[in-house]
Amino acid sequence: MNWMVWTLPTAGFFSAIAVILAGMTVWQYFSPSIERKGFLPISTTRGDRLFIGLLTSAFFHLGMIGFTEFHVLVATALSVVWVVVLMRWG
Amino acid sequence: MNKIESNKGWLFVLPVFIVVAFSAVIPLMTVVNYSVQDVFDANTRFFTGTEWYRTMLNDPQLQGALIRQFIFSFTILAIEVPLGIMVALMMPKKGWQASLSLVLVSLPLLIPLNVVGTIWQIFTRTDIGLMGWGVRELGYAYNISRNSGDAWATIILMDVWHWTPLIALLCYSGLRAIPEAYYQAARIDRASRWAVFRYIQLPKLTNVLVIGVLIRFMDSFMIYAEPFVLTGGGPGSSTTFLSQALTAMAIGQFDLGPAAAFSIIYFLIILAVSFVFYTTIMHMQKDKTTQKTGDS
Repeated sequence: MNWMVWTLPTAGFFSAIAVILAGMTVWQYFSPSIERKGFLPISTTRGDRLFIGLLTSAFFHLGMIGFTEFHVLVATALSVVWVVVLMRWG
Repeated sequence: MNKIESNKGWLFVLPVFIVVAFSAVIPLMTVVNYSVQDVFDANTRFFTGTEWYRTMLNDPQLQGALIRQFIFSFTILAIEVPLGIMVALMMPKKGWQASLSLVLVSLPLLIPLNVVGTIWQIFTRTDIGLMGWGVRELGYAYNISRNSGDAWATIILMDVWHWTPLIALLCYSGLRAIPEAYYQAARIDRASRWAVFRYIQLPKLTNVLVIGVLIRFMDSFMIYAEPFVLTGGGPGSSTTFLSQALTAMAIGQFDLGPAAAFSIIYFLIILAVSFVFYTTIMHMQKDKTTQKTGDS
């Protein structure tokens, strides 16, 4: 595994993604998602909203890192809020 | 509708899942790891955090390459998709003519990318190349190594020549899959040629066009060998697209950290654009079907 040059933050990031995916699977098993229309222009399932949330968060991070002076964790915190909002009302 | 859901299907997907894990997921993770560090060798590496990302996002050379890449990809899509549909509509439907035209149309697809570059490099030479010589004889001082407009036009022409057949073949197969009954109904209604195209052929082509547009977008977004051989990214850096800028950094200068950070940005852009394309086209289709059931 040494060739993969792991660092603590990236390991944490991928573990979090893995946990989220596993959690979504369990959630889907016990209470299957129903496609619905929220504030997004398209009707989405739970998984769609998660994907859209993660992708927009990634771009949000890039924007914050590239063009502002804020710490990256500020972007992360705001992204978490955004993903939660999106999952609930998107 | 009574649909039985069985999760046994997932077991059959497992082999693909493992292959993808090794061919895509693990390498991608490694790239992410590289993008937050300065790696010198197996034992010497420093954590740099988000620094590479910041450098890359503010690099004027890469910003330029990104803008050129978008212009290039959307230009070739705007030309290749309508042209491919037109070619497919004009191709003979049956008999030996159909087979012959299929072979002729698909010939450019069989040529390796760097050979395509070489072919066009010779083709556009003003001393021995047919096109370069011809254009020059017509009185235009054509020169792809001096004039960036000429270089652009040539690269776009080359890509159209190389990849329009793909769209044409996809559309051709889509057209052949339309049952004759639709055309008979159209004839009974005395539908015009345009109406047949707009309300029968185009809707039936949506699925193949989605695939075509996605493949062409991703492929053109990663274009490397053809412009590299034809113009070498020049004149100046006027035809240097993303992958060439990236390769120059990763292999030429061996800056693995910045190159990895840039790869991640590159990957995210492709992912986002493909997702937007896919959802838009799929939802356009879904809206249409719901409209229809709502009307009846």
